[in-house]
Amino acid sequence: MITLNINGVDRQVDAEADMPLLWAIRDVIGLTGTKFGCGLAQCGACTVHMDGQPIRSCQTLLGDVGTAKITTIEGVQGKVAETVQAVWAELDVPQCGYCQSGQIMSAVALLNDNKTPGDTDIDAAMSGNLCRCATYARIRSAIHEAARRLEA
Amino acid sequence: MFPKILENANRAASMPVLNSTRRGFILGALATAAGLAVGFRVTGTALAQDAAQPHPFQPYILIAPDNSVTIYSSQFEMGQGAYFGIATLVNEELDAEWSSISVEGGFGNVAAFGNLAWGGAAQGTGGSTSMTSSWERYRKAGAAMRMMLVEAAAKEWSVPAAEVTAKAGRLTHASGKSASYGEMAEAAAKIAPPADVPLKPREAWTQIGNAGLKRYDSKMKTNGTAPFTIDVKLPNMATAVMIHPPKFGATVASFDGSKAKAVKGVVDVVQISRGIAIVAENMWAAIKGRELVTVTWNEEKAEQRSSAEILAAYEAQAKAAPIAVARNDGDAAAALGSAAKVIEATFTFPYLAHAALEPLNAVAQMKDGVVEIWAGHQMPDLYQFIASQIAGVTPDKVKLNVMRTGGGFGRRAVFDADVVAESVEVAKAIGWSRPVKVQWTRDNDMKGGRYRPAYVHAMKAGLDKDGNITAWQNHIVGQSIATGTIFEGMIVRNGIDFTSVEGAANLPYAIANLNVGLSTMQAGVPVLWWRAVGSTHTAYAVEAFLDEVAEAAGKDPVALRLELLKDHPRHVAALKLAAEKAGWDNAPAQGRFRGVAVAESFSTVVAQVVEVSIPSPGEIKVEKVVCAVDCGTVINPDQVKAQMEGGIGFGLSSILAEEITLDGGEVQQANYDSYTPLRIEQMPVVEVHIVPSEAAPTGAGEPGVPPLGPALANSVFQATGKRVRVLPFAKGLSV
Ligand code: FES
Ligand code: FES
Repeated sequence: MITLNINGVDRQVDAEADMPLLWAIRDVIGLTGTKFGCGLAQCGACTVHMDGQPIRSCQTLLGDVGTAKITTIEGVQGKVAETVQAVWAELDVPQCGYCQSGQIMSAVALLNDNKTPGDTDIDAAMSGNLCRCATYARIRSAIHEAARRLEA
Repeated sequence: MFPKILENANRAASMPVLNSTRRGFILGALATAAGLAVGFRVTGTALAQDAAQPHPFQPYILIAPDNSVTIYSSQFEMGQGAYFGIATLVNEELDAEWSSISVEGGFGNVAAFGNLAWGGAAQGTGGSTSMTSSWERYRKAGAAMRMMLVEAAAKEWSVPAAEVTAKAGRLTHASGKSASYGEMAEAAAKIAPPADVPLKPREAWTQIGNAGLKRYDSKMKTNGTAPFTIDVKLPNMATAVMIHPPKFGATVASFDGSKAKAVKGVVDVVQISRGIAIVAENMWAAIKGRELVTVTWNEEKAEQRSSAEILAAYEAQAKAAPIAVARNDGDAAAALGSAAKVIEATFTFPYLAHAALEPLNAVAQMKDGVVEIWAGHQMPDLYQFIASQIAGVTPDKVKLNVMRTGGGFGRRAVFDADVVAESVEVAKAIGWSRPVKVQWTRDNDMKGGRYRPAYVHAMKAGLDKDGNITAWQNHIVGQSIATGTIFEGMIVRNGIDFTSVEGAANLPYAIANLNVGLSTMQAGVPVLWWRAVGSTHTAYAVEAFLDEVAEAAGKDPVALRLELLKDHPRHVAALKLAAEKAGWDNAPAQGRFRGVAVAESFSTVVAQVVEVSIPSPGEIKVEKVVCAVDCGTVINPDQVKAQMEGGIGFGLSSILAEEITLDGGEVQQANYDSYTPLRIEQMPVVEVHIVPSEAAPTGAGEPGVPPLGPALANSVFQATGKRVRVLPFAKGLSV
């Protein structure tokens, strides 16, 4: 049993320490908003927050999480997250939607960190999140728009 | 049953013009387990409703007493917004509250769900036909439902139907009487369906063409709740990962799964027709177990060549005479012989993977004699049939749950139902003891074949002394997608696979002497339709080569096209609009370079002007794409824009750096580190302009892809003087 603090709650996870956090979240805890795309830190579909920082849960071992606080798309909250999610829907960013949990987790982390990201900041923060439907133009617009609303 | 579907499909293929109004219109009401609800179906033949069937009769629309409206979609949702488009069509006529509407995948009723663009013979999604097929059918379903609700209210309130208003999910009368659609559903179910269902005139539309209408499903895709196959969880479900043959066509000779079985959580290791499955309690245990399985393969019948060898064979054939002729006008060979100037070029296109973000998956279980499968069922009738064969049950004992998928791009429409078949085979191999989810890992997906075929195009054009094009020859060499599959009869005619030559054989340019030849080659690499199919290579070869011809003739690329497109007003309109919005007549800004292309695919015409810069020698930055599209009547303008943006990003991705290569028959790419889709920093600014049209809707999901590559190539020529004739650019820029 490994104790995992996820979305603000301590959970007992019956899994071995070498299980990637992604599969602990999805298969053991049963939260499926976090997606699997590559298992190799190449696509960002599995992005969650670890103490507020975006990480690829497919390359983070359960045994290495320790007491860090994990936040998934199901648990992300606050003004930044709400604004990002609202703008995302308003601009109809998602197509298939499969990458979007990861995109949103990366975008929220970016805006928590940088209130006025420029295009190069967006590139740097979002480059690890593939969108095979290529919704990138709208992702960029949505981040700018969320930043504007959060400033106001 | 399936042979019947094919027979119909084959017959339908010779009926190019579909006529949905010819089909009868039958409505029915039914009681569901959830309570009494109203259901409708529009069918060509009356079908007996059999509630005892494992897949209950599915209508187009159900209104439940709680006022929820469920629309059953004949078309599969893989991201392109088909569900939203269909909901828009229904709601234009039904006028329910958007917040009460949800859409689910329908199946198991060919008469109701058969794709009308394919003659209605089989249910399926592809060729950007979803709106074409749904255009009348779903509007009529919505209108009929509203008429029955109104009629029911009139009866209940003893007022004339003409005095009842149906709006925003409510029925009202001037007397103050009022009811929600849900409250009237039970009474409406008893109303005889109308024989004549008039549709709103265009001027009265409020939903169709409404640019402000938002996708009803965006919210669930921003909070992690949208369900995909990977998220399906059933009691006692096991998860399996696969080991497939490393070479296409190889089979299992022997295997040893004993070490894997010792891994905690691994349940079983089983052989199925397509390889070895490691069945476990969870994904991680299955992946760990897989590392320990050893397999010996029988590679006697496997493709052993490298992709370089395959392409070399194609290039050699490209120099010879074509095996078949797809189009022949005038005498191209003679015209080339007497031309003042002959231009020649050869273009080479690699295998491409769909690489959708959700790796292929399917969940299967057998319960009470019924096989139930959750997956991206892009061709439900076929998959139902294949699953029934594997399970040894009749097709009516196979229930499909049509899931949304994390992308598709053609990959979920497969002849052999691949991952769907695997899930049934694995569930059977473990004695139907528990539900099984087969979840491919990224390397299963990347190495899993069904690629966009590799092609070589040999092009020749002749100019007279005034620079007029007198001859055009295009020899296409590559694998056929449909030959040898159940679709051969529909798609292959006289040795010509339509998907090999579309975009080339129907060249819109007025050239008197025109010859398009095809040499279909054999290779053991499984191939498939890939977003925009044939036009992914034909549009590049045609439009990039035409740019070379324009240069040789000393003509402006837009002016030359307009001159040759006199009989194609839709092409002209799209091209003019893109050129105008891109400011084609004015020189680009310092350091910017432009290229243009226009292509028709799936009856939609798209023109694009690409603008690039060269930040440093050898580096190309795609700055901007101006796109004009004519896809007939636009149902969701913002979604047409989204599909053009997505198509441009998807096309750019492949053109820049995507390539599947084989070495000794083995695929060399396994993940997104070696097969590299576009990332955000590579995405250009995209501007989309829609050509106004009142014609019936055509597709939007694919047609944004084809013009991007050649428009980019043409802009890169302006910037660097280099003609890129070997794809992707990562390779072709340096050869
Ligand atoms: S699944 Fe973790 S980055 Fe792709
Ligand atoms: S929306 Fe489909 S992968 Fe991003």
